[in-house]
Formats: sequence, C-alpha cells, structure tokens
Amino acid sequence: MNSDLKLANDNIAARHRKARIFRMFCAGVTWMGAGLLAILLIQVTVDGIKWLDYQFLTSFPSRFPYKAGIKSALVGTLWLIVMIAMVSIPIGVATALYLEELSRKGRFAKLIEINISNLAGVPSIVYGIIGLAIFVRGLGLERSLLSGALTMSLLILPVIIIASREAIKTVPMSIRQAAYALGATRWQTAWAHVLPASFPGILTGVILALSRAIGETAPLIMIGALTYVAFLPEGPMDSFTALPIQIFNWVSRPQQEFHELAAGGIIVLLIVLLTMNATAIFIRQKTEKKLQ
Amino acid sequence: MSSSKSVDMQQMRDIDITKKKVRWGEWMIESSLALCATISVVTTAVIIFILAKESMGFFQVVVPADFFFGTSWVPLLEPSSYGVLPLLWGTLLITFGAALFAIPTGLASAIYLSEYASPRTRSIVKPVLEVLAGIPTVVYGYFALTFVTPLLRMLMPELQVFNALSGAIVVGIMILPTIATLSDNALRAVPDSLRQGAYALGATSYEVTTRVVVPAGLSGVMASFLLAISRAIGETMAVTLAAGATPNLSFTFLESIQTMTAYIVQVSMGDTPAGGIAYQTLFAVAAFLFVITLILNIVSQWILSKFREEYE
Repeated sequence: MNSDLKLANDNIAARHRKARIFRMFCAGVTWMGAGLLAILLIQVTVDGIKWLDYQFLTSFPSRFPYKAGIKSALVGTLWLIVMIAMVSIPIGVATALYLEELSRKGRFAKLIEINISNLAGVPSIVYGIIGLAIFVRGLGLERSLLSGALTMSLLILPVIIIASREAIKTVPMSIRQAAYALGATRWQTAWAHVLPASFPGILTGVILALSRAIGETAPLIMIGALTYVAFLPEGPMDSFTALPIQIFNWVSRPQQEFHELAAGGIIVLLIVLLTMNATAIFIRQKTEKKLQ
Repeated sequence: MSSSKSVDMQQMRDIDITKKKVRWGEWMIESSLALCATISVVTTAVIIFILAKESMGFFQVVVPADFFFGTSWVPLLEPSSYGVLPLLWGTLLITFGAALFAIPTGLASAIYLSEYASPRTRSIVKPVLEVLAGIPTVVYGYFALTFVTPLLRMLMPELQVFNALSGAIVVGIMILPTIATLSDNALRAVPDSLRQGAYALGATSYEVTTRVVVPAGLSGVMASFLLAISRAIGETMAVTLAAGATPNLSFTFLESIQTMTAYIVQVSMGDTPAGGIAYQTLFAVAAFLFVITLILNIVSQWILSKFREEYE
C-alpha cells in the first residue's frame, strides 16, 4: 500500500517535470524565432548603416560601390506602388463588395470564392511568367512599369479581395437592415453604408497587400525589370528598376562592398515596409477602440 | 452565427424592391462589379491556358517521359537534355530541410502562444512573427549568403559557398511564422471546456496539450503545414541566392543545387528569345510547379473543410 502510494507520487512528480520541460521547450523555441528576427535586423544594420547617407539615396547605381545609390530603384518602387494601387484597389474592392453584398450566393459566387483562395496560393514566380507571356510579349507592353504594375496587381488581387471581404463581413447586419427599412436599394446600402463602415478594415488589408507587392522580387525579374537603370522613369511605358531588384543585383555580386550596399538598400526597403505595416496596425487599433 | 446572417441576407434579397422600376444606373453598376469579380476567374483561366499552350509546344520537342523521368537537366547547352528530376530533387531537398526545421519549431511556438503565453507576451510575440512573415524573400537570401553560410562554413569547412543546407534553413525561417500563426489560430479555436475537462481529470499541461488540444485542432494544424510546404516549394529568391544554380541529384545538403524556381530565374535573367525551346522550358517547369502547389493547396483546403471539428 505504502509503496503503491510512493510510486503514484513519483509518477506525478515525473509527469509534472515533463510538463515543465515541455513548457520551457515551447517558450525557448518561440523566443528563438524572435531572436532570429533580431539577428537578421542587427546583421543588416551593422552591414549597411555606414552606406546610408544622402548620396546613397540620390545616386544612380554604379559599378563603383562608393558612387552607387538607389535613386532609380526608389523612384521605380514609388511608381510601382502608385500604379499597383490604382489597378488593384478598385478591382479588388469591387469584387469583394459584389461577392459579399450584391451577388446571389449561388454556384457562380462559390466558383469565384474557391478560385480566389487557390489563386492566393500560386507561387509569385508563376505570376511573373504569366506577366512575361501576356503583358510583355502578348500585349507588347515591353519591359515597362505598366507590365510590372499589372503583373503585381494580379498577384495581390486575391489578397486584397480576401481582406476586403473579411472587413465587409464584420459590418453589423443592423446597419444593412436599417438602410433597407428606409427603402434603400441593394447598391445604395452597399455604397453608402456598408462600404464606409468597412473602410478602415479594407484600408488595413490593402496596405498589407501593397507592402507585400513592394517586397516581391521574382515576378519583376521574370518580366525583365532592368538591373542597371541610370535614369528615372517618366511615364508608365518606361523601363525601370525597383528596390528589391537592385538589392538582388548587389547581393549576387561577389564583392563585400556590394553586399554592404545591398544591406543599405534592405534598410531602406524595410523602413518603407515597417512604416506601411505600422500604419495598418495603427488604423486597426484605432477602429477597434471605436467599435468598442 | 454566420449561418443566421446568410439566412437574413437571403431573405433580404428575396424581397425584390426593384420590382416596380428597373434602375438602369444601378443595373450597370452591379454589372460592372460582377465584371470585376470575373477577373479572378479569367486570371486562372489565362494562367492555365498559357502554361498549357507553351508546355504543349515543349512536349512536341521533348518526350514527356524524358522530361518527367530524365535524370539530367542541361537545357541551355549542346547536347541538351531535359530531365526535370534534378530540379524537382533540388526543390524537394530544400522543402524537406525547411519543413524539418519549421514544423517542430512552428508548432511549438503555436503551442506556447495559445496554451502558455500571457496575453501581454502574446501581444509582443505575435506581431514579431507577423513582421518575420512580411520580410521580403530577397532579404532572406541576403541573410543566407552573408550570415548563415559563413557561420555554417566555420562549423563545416567542406561546405560549398552555395549549398542546399543554408537555403533550407532560411526557407525554414521564412515559413515558420506561417505555421506558428495559422496553428495558433487553430489551437485557440479549441474550446476551453475540453481543456478544463482534461485538467479536472488530473492531466498535466503537457498531457492536455498533446492529447487533447493538438488532436482537437489537428485539421487546422495540418492545413498550416501544407500551406507552409507549398510556400517553400514556390519560394524563389532566397533559394536562388543561397543554393546556387547547379542541377544536382545527389542526396547531400553540402553542395550547390538548383530548384525549379531558381532555374526559371536563371533563364529569365538572360535574354531568352520567345518561342525557342529554352523559352518553352520555362513554361514546362512553371506548369509543373503550378500543378504541385495547386494540389497541395486543394488538399489543405479539403482537410480544413472535411476534418474540421465543430464545437458549440
């Protein structure tokens, strides 16, 4: 009897020890993830900070590291953001609004829904190949900003649609019912009530989708964004380079100086991305408070 | 909740308030919105059409059996051969290595976040993981080349500058947040009553987690694994930079390899004339890649819908 009790106690102690070890393991692994992010950021900063100056931001790329800069890449990226936003936001939000508010929930809506979630999983390089075949070659848009922006828009469209639909779904039913009760049509309700109420959520999703587009490299390489561009694009039909392309170009060179230049470019890219993410999170938190 | 909402919506649509008067302006607006919605379907159709068309051209020159079972990939030099196995092998090696790293760590992080972490810790760690997920892949390529590879070469001097190991590690780091955040969502969806029941029976936190919570959320957890693996297969820039451009069929993480995606980048960096066989190999490889990732995505959605445990 006594020995049985002792055995059970030992067993309990062992089980609790196991649980403690498991807990420590999980915590350790999680903090390791955060640690990896820290190492990555420190590594990039240490390598690149000394190249970050006014000259770096305002010079064209060059084969001499001390003369090289990211002017054309930064301007190209800004062009891209604006053009992608102009194409993908109206189409994405219109699709989401249609699917959530206007369409009858039939086979067609179901088909589009399945289709969008599958499109979201297509590797970005496949979009690049499609962009090459359709926009660059098929429509004869050449290796222009327009080709790049259209390809990227296709890439982030599923992301925008999914995020916008989630935002529209959070609009309380009572708002729609009130509008219908006053005799509003479906479209009037969607346009004047549902869309404004879901606007912050949509904006958050759109910003996150755009920040994904800014960092994408593979599709732009596919459509042949030039890696050496010593001029600024002046219109949508001009050839261009972009920040991630310039970074890729510098990383793939063997010299240490170019790796450091790449780190400088990465710092600029990450600052742009973090600013956008922070804006999105700020909007999200602000609207969450308002709803409460 | 959501079902009652859709019933409401349905009822509302059935009350046709436009019966008396056709509003042509609104009809046009709704039609143009519907047109926008079809763009996504058209995109899919175009992707499949283009990949199929150009692959057909490729397979008229190259026998499909040579493509799928050939063990040598020399498309750009004479004598050329078009066996895709070395590229597929490179992709599998990277994916396998990345999964080996990311699945245990991602699941452990998800368990920590949903079962152990205080709300305060959670509110710090979750955004950190989201930032990690938002970092462009070219940055991971830089990280592999300037940090991971030199570090590994200090430990293993026989490691080549371009190697599969370094690529697999950074791709693993890249897909870790996907697994952690999606699995965390799945585990948090498991109702507390299940946990409380197990604790009431005297189970320890380890037993509750491994025998109750993870099995209950398994469909979401599995789906997160598949999505992450599909991302690893499609990953391009990091593996191009870290793992090199040598199609290689040997089972070693220490040498340079080439993945399907890295091959596509390599060819497109040169100026490939349209219509040539080199141009068509791009589409054949991309079509293969597309089919693999599509199957993984469909399976993961199927697991989610089929094996979802519904709790009240």
